Amino acid sequence: MTMSAPDPFDLYRPDPYFCELTRSRVGDGGTPELIRNRLRAIGIEALQARAQAAENDLFNLGITFTVYSQATAIDRILPFDCIPRVITASEWATLESGVKQRVAALNAFLHDIYHDRHILKDGVVPADLVFGNSNYRAEMEGFSVPFNTYVHICGIDIVRDEHGDFRVLEDNARTPSGVSYVIENRHLMLRAFPDLMAGMRLRPVDDYGRRLREAMTDIAPAGVEDPQVVLLSPGIYNSAYFEHVFLSREMGVPLVEGADLTVENDRVFMRTTAGLRPVHTIYRRIGDDFLDPSVFRPESMLGVSGLMRAWRRGNVALANAVGTGVADDKAIYAYMPRIIRYYLDQDAILANVETHICREKQGLTYTLDNLERLVVKPVGESGGYGITIGPRASSEQIEAARAALIADPANWISQPVVGLSVGPTLTETGIKPRHLDLRPFAITGRSTWVLPGGLSRVALKEGSLVVNSSQGGGSKDTWVLADDAMQAEHDFPRSEGGRGA
Amino acid sequence: MSRPTPLLARYAESLFWMARYLERVENLARLVDVTQSFDSAGQEAVSWYALVRINADEVGFAERGLSADADVVKRFYLLDATNPTSVPASIEAARTNARTLRPLISTEMWMQLNVFHRELMAIHEDELQGDRLSRLCRRIKEGVQAHTGITEGTFFRDEGWHFYQLGRLIERADQTTRLIDIKYHLLLPSVVEERRVVELTQWSVVVRAAAGYHAFRRVAPVGFTPSDVVEFLLSDTSFPRSVALCVVQMEWHLTQLRSRYGLRGTVPALERVEEVRAALVGRSVERLISEGLHDFLDALQRDLIMLAGEIGTGFFRDWRPLLEQTQTQSS
Repeated sequence: MTMSAPDPFDLYRPDPYFCELTRSRVGDGGTPELIRNRLRAIGIEALQARAQAAENDLFNLGITFTVYSQATAIDRILPFDCIPRVITASEWATLESGVKQRVAALNAFLHDIYHDRHILKDGVVPADLVFGNSNYRAEMEGFSVPFNTYVHICGIDIVRDEHGDFRVLEDNARTPSGVSYVIENRHLMLRAFPDLMAGMRLRPVDDYGRRLREAMTDIAPAGVEDPQVVLLSPGIYNSAYFEHVFLSREMGVPLVEGADLTVENDRVFMRTTAGLRPVHTIYRRIGDDFLDPSVFRPESMLGVSGLMRAWRRGNVALANAVGTGVADDKAIYAYMPRIIRYYLDQDAILANVETHICREKQGLTYTLDNLERLVVKPVGESGGYGITIGPRASSEQIEAARAALIADPANWISQPVVGLSVGPTLTETGIKPRHLDLRPFAITGRSTWVLPGGLSRVALKEGSLVVNSSQGGGSKDTWVLADDAMQAEHDFPRSEGGRGA
Repeated sequence: MSRPTPLLARYAESLFWMARYLERVENLARLVDVTQSFDSAGQEAVSWYALVRINADEVGFAERGLSADADVVKRFYLLDATNPTSVPASIEAARTNARTLRPLISTEMWMQLNVFHRELMAIHEDELQGDRLSRLCRRIKEGVQAHTGITEGTFFRDEGWHFYQLGRLIERADQTTRLIDIKYHLLLPSVVEERRVVELTQWSVVVRAAAGYHAFRRVAPVGFTPSDVVEFLLSDTSFPRSVALCVVQMEWHLTQLRSRYGLRGTVPALERVEEVRAALVGRSVERLISEGLHDFLDALQRDLIMLAGEIGTGFFRDWRPLLEQTQTQSS
């Protein structure tokens, strides 16, 4: 690079949003500044060339998701941005305990609604939100699971507002995906940007597979010495197939499809070349509906007939449990702070995005009075359907939302528009601020463990708040800084005069 | 140190077929290359159509209304993904199987195949022309050979490896029988000396198509006859593509599956393979020819089909074991 190369951060303007790399934070140990200096030293052109090469790697390695359109299948990579997102040790301590608290509350809630229903009887959560939910499974009533853990794998979507406060946007308690990218992104960074990473003391992410396997072993039927764990996938045509491969490899367990399994005498077996072999724990990556055609959708080709009976007999463990979808619903989400207080007698460590419940008079009034600046969401839907974003809506759309709210208030919640935090992101025109979210992953068997960091998704389009991969989202490596107590554990060789130079 | 892990029947099937399809790709590329390089001028249509006959594609070829023209045949095998025996169709099938096998195969195997697949799906019409064709064929052959080498060096040698090898060997043996069969008519007694020379040239081409030319020259008598070629391809157990060596190796793999992994499903397949070996090894080729080589090759091909079927019924998709059987055999 020449001496006159312009500073790529000169034109970087994150305001008014919270920037995850340029905002100075207590306990960052100078790492963000060191990263910026190293990025300057590498230079924009070299960064772009290396980022391109790294993306080619992902493509060649088949770290892809498949998009089907008409007759063709296209392999796409999740676009990768090479500028990491940094989380300090103390920020992580908050996030980690907040996630654990949330998972504990979700499990307590699920156990309660499928058993004694105290929370409904006490009027904390309206009963119709539970029983009217299409993800409520009557088959689960009175059925107990080991350690009362229903949500063994949980992904919690967290955003950071203009003030730098973390807020939960959504719970994913069914079959959350994306963890494979967390680990692959780190490997990719180590391959392509060793000079950026040299000497950085980061919490490692490689432990996920072992932890997951351990939890799956924890929950296996009692008395089985060396339980056979499998990962049940819908197969190679599923868009998350790469992740299924990744996780089965990291756990060291077979990746099976429904047709590989069979149930005989209420026990589950897999078909091997040597005959039927017993299966004790199934980490399933297919939805409740498709799991057992003899109980749920009869046309399902993905599931295993008789699986539910085998499970209820205690002959096999399922992760996640059936019927968890009732807890990660938008309507229940609004009640999560109260649910946490009800079961744990604690305030939520991670706040929700401020949510107005329109079935409650106060919430409805507030929503109707502030429609122009609120996001109005129907509770039953997913995937962004039926949402009105006040600040971007026409007056006709606002009035339509008003009419819908008045007609059926119980179907709606509203939230303010959150100005998501940003991170410096490599674009064709240099380093620019782009909005981020974070999905930490928690594994729960006997107890809960949270993978340090999580998936940082980035909205690559300028101004966009949508981080989903289907709508132009990408991802970043998420660096959780090791605190002093952890230095001995992960003492990477340091170079360039250490941190905070 | 490592404990035996059960192999899913579906994985065994995918390994078998991945290997078969890749072997097919390599053989096809070699056939195209040899046809292009060693053809006697004026005979183009006949020699290119021989490719169609070797692959038993006469019907599919005719159904498409295609004519026995060099360009047409090249396109049919190198570009036409709707032809199930083409290079693109075979590499697609191989990759689909590899995708299923991703938890099992090495990352290096997957990555090479993934990149190779993308390359072959993008073969351009221009690459079929002139001297570019031979380079294309070399790239294809080397792609499969790279796969073979990576597999040799990185693929874990447990049960699955044996199924992989069985698929490859059955395909290879089948191809060699077809290669011999296609030139069978040339074995009729020759009258004119000139015709004999032409025929021997043709037979050299066959040996080249089996990648055995140099080895053959080394072991063949100076004034070799067509029956020497047949003997080499059929029963010389030093030649990697001879039917006899393939069969001997199949027998070894099946025996391993039985003795090391206790797979009882190997019994019918082993019986079949023993029969084939008995029919091949120790039989005089002169006698085979006089008794009717074509019929013999035909029977051999049928045996290989049945062998593949027996492995399939024993271990793959159609196999529905009963619980009682499993329980009595598990130790």
